Amino acid sequence: MNFMPVILWSDALVFLLLATGIATAWYVRQREYLLLPWRRVAQSSVAMVSLLVLSLFFVIGLLDTLHYRAALPEQNSDETVYSPEVLSVFDKLVEPLRVRTEKTYSAPLAVALYAKESMTDAQGNVLRDYPRLRYGGAHLTDESERDGDVLKRALLGALGGLLAGLLIALGIKSWTTARSLPLRALLIAALTIAIIIGTIANLATAYHVLGTDKVGQDVLYLSLKSIRTGLIIGTLTTLVTLPLALFLGVAAGYFRGWVDDVIQYLYTLLSSIPGVLLIAAAVLMMQVIIDTHPEWFDTTASRADMRLVALCLILGVTSWTGLCRLLRGETLKLREMEYIQAAQSFGVSSMRILARHIMPNVMHIILIALVMDFSALVLAEAVLSYVGVGVDPSMISFGTMINAARLEMGREPMVWWALAAAFVFMLVLVLAANLFADAVRDAFDPRPNRAEI
Amino acid sequence: MIAYLIRRILYAIPILIGVNLLTFMLFFVVNTPDDMARMQLGIKRVTPEAVEKWKQQRGYDKPLFLNSTADDTKKISDTIFWQKSASMFALDFGYSDDGRNISREIATRMGPSLAIALPTFIIGLVIYVSFALLMTLFRATTLDIAGVALCVTLMSISGLFYIIGGQFVVSKLWHLVPISGYSGGVDSFKFVALPILIGVVSGVGSSSRWYRTIFLEEIGKDYVRTARAKGLSELRVLFRHVLKNAMIPILTGVVVVIPLLFMGSLLTESFFGIPGLGSYTIDAINAQDFSVVRAMVFLGSVLYIAGLILTDLSYTVVDPRVRLT
Repeated sequence: MNFMPVILWSDALVFLLLATGIATAWYVRQREYLLLPWRRVAQSSVAMVSLLVLSLFFVIGLLDTLHYRAALPEQNSDETVYSPEVLSVFDKLVEPLRVRTEKTYSAPLAVALYAKESMTDAQGNVLRDYPRLRYGGAHLTDESERDGDVLKRALLGALGGLLAGLLIALGIKSWTTARSLPLRALLIAALTIAIIIGTIANLATAYHVLGTDKVGQDVLYLSLKSIRTGLIIGTLTTLVTLPLALFLGVAAGYFRGWVDDVIQYLYTLLSSIPGVLLIAAAVLMMQVIIDTHPEWFDTTASRADMRLVALCLILGVTSWTGLCRLLRGETLKLREMEYIQAAQSFGVSSMRILARHIMPNVMHIILIALVMDFSALVLAEAVLSYVGVGVDPSMISFGTMINAARLEMGREPMVWWALAAAFVFMLVLVLAANLFADAVRDAFDPRPNRAEI
Repeated sequence: MIAYLIRRILYAIPILIGVNLLTFMLFFVVNTPDDMARMQLGIKRVTPEAVEKWKQQRGYDKPLFLNSTADDTKKISDTIFWQKSASMFALDFGYSDDGRNISREIATRMGPSLAIALPTFIIGLVIYVSFALLMTLFRATTLDIAGVALCVTLMSISGLFYIIGGQFVVSKLWHLVPISGYSGGVDSFKFVALPILIGVVSGVGSSSRWYRTIFLEEIGKDYVRTARAKGLSELRVLFRHVLKNAMIPILTGVVVVIPLLFMGSLLTESFFGIPGLGSYTIDAINAQDFSVVRAMVFLGSVLYIAGLILTDLSYTVVDPRVRLT
């Protein structure tokens, strides 16, 4: 075997989350009354287009979660030695992007570096000029051919993308029997995405489509890698938030008395501490623990990953209070309902009442809170990384990208592409998440749609 | 009312003790002072003597909770917990790692923080509520839908980009105001104008949409129908009835942040180089100065609890039915 699969902590948790998600989806599929609000979501074209965009991000994130360590070329010993570098299936797929690094900054689609350098020509004269890139446009003999070549490649790529998109669409069309899906909107969105991907992919074979950063890494590659970090922060945090908020909130509302007092004290305590400061305090503490125990981690990737998981944990512990308060309020209301009182007078045990009567009736609040929180968490990651309490500096994320690029705004001419790339990728991800969350809220919220009153 | 206030203030004490214990645990029990010393000194210079000296200089060379070697009251008072934590209740925060008095530092830095946070808050509130009222007035029309779409887009942009973009356009391209810096007096206007503008703009999306939801919820109620049936104009209904009745949910979200304005904004202040409490906090986080971070956490909780009490008081002002007992 020339590679060794590596399962980092975050990977394991993502798989766990995925399994839970699939199990829930299967459970919901069996029950028409649970499926009903989802059908409403499926009818909204905005929601479905956002879901399409989101699933694209999720596929990239998942591919980037399958990690492995490649075997090093044969050495004189018998046992295989594995590279200390942890790669993912996604890295392998876009290997050209990862390995073709330039010397330093270069603008998007450029064929020469961003800064002048001293060079010696064939006659031995020293002159200062923009050196050609090692990979970007290296097949061109002269720089002036670039525009035509870029145009040709872009058109070919777009055409290829269109064809591939049409083929996929036809395949889906003949296979799907869905009556209520907004097929036309989905088709248009899918074709647009296919064209964009085709164009970028074809250009990326010969150019750095979004330029390169300070150490010459391809910005497109960095942006794509950042997706996983953002998604992990947005989803894994809910693994912590959910059980805490659900059990404590429901227990406080149902049992009242001293249970309520203790839980209320706990969440007032946590929410009284300014969020960023609490996170900063916890992250500083965790950093010391990680730094004093280097023996726990065999690769730098696993150390960075541990910090990511710990960040999710900290974010979860500091952010369950809002949802808990909502659930407590709702449970207080529910427990006075007649069907609960009936169950109590029949002698049904508290645990059973909680599980059979209260939990199912607060599920919509949980679902709405989860989808609403997702985008906020993705945005929070960038801010926390800027403050210095976010992900590990060696981990590629939107926050570290912005942080590195921020200092380059003052240069002349300005290095804008890394910031622009992070901006566009984040905007698309968060906007899609927000729009989808809105549709979910409208479908699940029992109150009538307010905009139409 | 007085009895209510006293009860609320008494109730705050266990919360503050909890905050104090929690941060104490985070910083001193999980990481012993030895760990902190090693980290501050850097890997190369760590010798047992250097660690001891570092701890002694900062008063970390005592037992955590109970000093069994000292006598009587000193058993409790001559400990790290007593000296570093209990004194916070008297708003005495001790000294930072670079030897400055934290309380004095906080007092001088509050001014610049407020100079930005207060105008941002007031201007923002007026603009958000007006925009939300406008969308409510034209609800379910193209204008409303466009407004909501704008809000969703604006709230999908990271706060960092508002600051970076604003600095780039206003300061670098148009040269209207300096990129960053601060000075007191009349001069301060040109330094605070851009942070305030950016602060207001970055909140438009989420806040306006939130107020719009509140107004729409109110507008579906029976009293609005009655008011319309009486023949009141839509504008009059909106301003005289809906706005007034929406005050309670608005105050719930707004009043609690007023005391927190003193804390300043982490991002804005550090980007614009404003010497306020926000940048103080960020510097402390980056320098891993735990005393300052703990002081700010404690101050933040005090202000948050003050905000909760103020919120309750504000209900009595806008709604005569509310009685605090």
